Amino acid sequence: MVATGPTSGRLPGLLPELEVVRKDFPILERTVHDGLPLIYLDSANTSQKPQIVIDTMVDHLERHNANVARAMHALGAESTEAFESARDVVAGFIGAPERDEVIFTKNASEALNLVANTLAWARPSTSSGVDLSIGEGDVVVTTEMEHHSNIVPWQLLTERKGATLRWFGLTDDGRLDLSNVDELITEHTKVVTLTWVSNMLGTINPIADITRKAHAVGALVVVDASQAAPQLPIDLASMAPEERPDFVAFTGHKTVGPTGIGVLWGRREVLEQLPPFLGGGEMIETVRMERSTYAGIPHKFEAGTPPIVEAVGLGAALTYLGHLGMDAIHAHEQAITRYALEGLGTIKGLTVLGPLDAAQRGGAISFELEGVHPHDIAQVVDSRGVAIRAGHHCAKPAHARFGVQSSSRMSSYLYTTPAEIDALVEALEYTRSYFRLDG
Amino acid sequence: MSTQADLDAMYQEIILDHYKHPHHKGLRDPFEAEVHHVNPTCGDEVTLRVHLADGVVEDVSYDAVGCSISQASASVLTDLVIGKSVDDAMAVHADFLTLMQGKGTVEPDEDVLEDGIAFAGVAKFPARVKCALLSWMAWKDATAQSLDASGTEEK
Ligand SMILES: Cc1ncc(COP(=O)(O)O)c(C=O)c1O
Repeated sequence: MVATGPTSGRLPGLLPELEVVRKDFPILERTVHDGLPLIYLDSANTSQKPQIVIDTMVDHLERHNANVARAMHALGAESTEAFESARDVVAGFIGAPERDEVIFTKNASEALNLVANTLAWARPSTSSGVDLSIGEGDVVVTTEMEHHSNIVPWQLLTERKGATLRWFGLTDDGRLDLSNVDELITEHTKVVTLTWVSNMLGTINPIADITRKAHAVGALVVVDASQAAPQLPIDLASMAPEERPDFVAFTGHKTVGPTGIGVLWGRREVLEQLPPFLGGGEMIETVRMERSTYAGIPHKFEAGTPPIVEAVGLGAALTYLGHLGMDAIHAHEQAITRYALEGLGTIKGLTVLGPLDAAQRGGAISFELEGVHPHDIAQVVDSRGVAIRAGHHCAKPAHARFGVQSSSRMSSYLYTTPAEIDALVEALEYTRSYFRLDG
Repeated sequence: MSTQADLDAMYQEIILDHYKHPHHKGLRDPFEAEVHHVNPTCGDEVTLRVHLADGVVEDVSYDAVGCSISQASASVLTDLVIGKSVDDAMAVHADFLTLMQGKGTVEPDEDVLEDGIAFAGVAKFPARVKCALLSWMAWKDATAQSLDASGTEEK
């Protein structure tokens, strides 16, 4: 049974003017496999780009291209202005208390590695400030639902420093198991790192609560907002300081921006105390052969020529999201997610991994279909123009927790329509018949 | 060719049969080498054992989790190599590799590859070639290790 109907186009909560919004994304007009309309349900992997992002990047390359900060000419000034304005846009988008706390990286993975590496290099402080160094007896806490990008850097850190990595487990319905929070977050805990929204289970984590607990024991909190930034309104400045994380990372390509650009926001006092990440141009104050002194934040963490046009593209992307309104985008995602959970629920043998309440989850829905391997599902639905992901979605521990090797994942975004969900449901029914599973 | 025809070319009846009723599945003794191979992009895994005696592949046993293509290909592999001399089995391996890496342009020889010719359609889907080759690569690795082990014993 396919849940289509005349009302499906007008679900409450959908973005008004959805058809107009879709026109902003040229790729949504293309066809695949000789004429099938593209049904792109892999936005948690990477989002599609609106024309304004493409045009802004082309315009920058055609008219304003020059290196930033070091070119003393008209184009250099224009390019620097465009690059630094993008930083202002990012700061506004996440409500950063200060724009200089926004560091450009190449993606979320690099942002998370920046934090883990500089913490590994931090020396025990002699005079003022908190001691950021991590050593034997210290604990770093992560969770079983992290993307590999927020597990491996912390494994490397704790292995190098002789510290211990511990993690929150998961409940059967795909939430963090907080029953042992007081054993995990103790005076030995130096860092608590977790994802805001799970890329596999869709779960939205209680960031403020966990941050308050971590801050109470003096631990730093690092949040992977790769899946949150695209769909949740974020306003760091309005969070109570004890509930505001110390670091927030996200990646540009999931927020309708280009690849090659990511963001690390960090609290000024911590960023100032951390040693530099990479050495090179731009990150210095002065260089002598014996030793150098470093630039202030953010440039201290941005060695070398940055991804300029990518940052400019990200600025355009976040401006675009701002115009649509993050509250409206969030409502749209919830409406589509609710509709998708209903539709998937009609398919025999299909099990959703993660919370079933759309109000408490993001737009990535992983599922299993009894009797068909995720690869085979993705292949068959692709033959009908439907793009979903199959595999472990870079979250092997979370899959292991649920006793599965891999899963299929559909992920919607601001341009997804109910009709596209209908098409997925129909393609999954077709998959069942293709593999001759009983009616 | 239409998408549907491509899809049907990949999911041949023979492949689906091997998937549903795999041959020689399970881990058995004796063996000289056991390997564990993983397809890192999708997480498919195979544990595979090889037992050689007097230059002949006496047994290949395996335990695998993965898609229909990777499971069926492990089943076909064991049918093709068990009972052959190592040299002949390596020749079959080379032919299967050529077929899979041929992007759909290689005409398979049924006399050599038997049920393996059904994988010709998979060669057109670059993302799936790795699935088809997972157990074959594991077998080659395990066989090389078995040969090394027996080589040192004989010395
Ligand atoms: C939750 C989460 N964290 C981190 C990442 C890594 O992003 P990137 O590969 O752009 O560094 C992703 C995306 O794949 C993600 O979904």
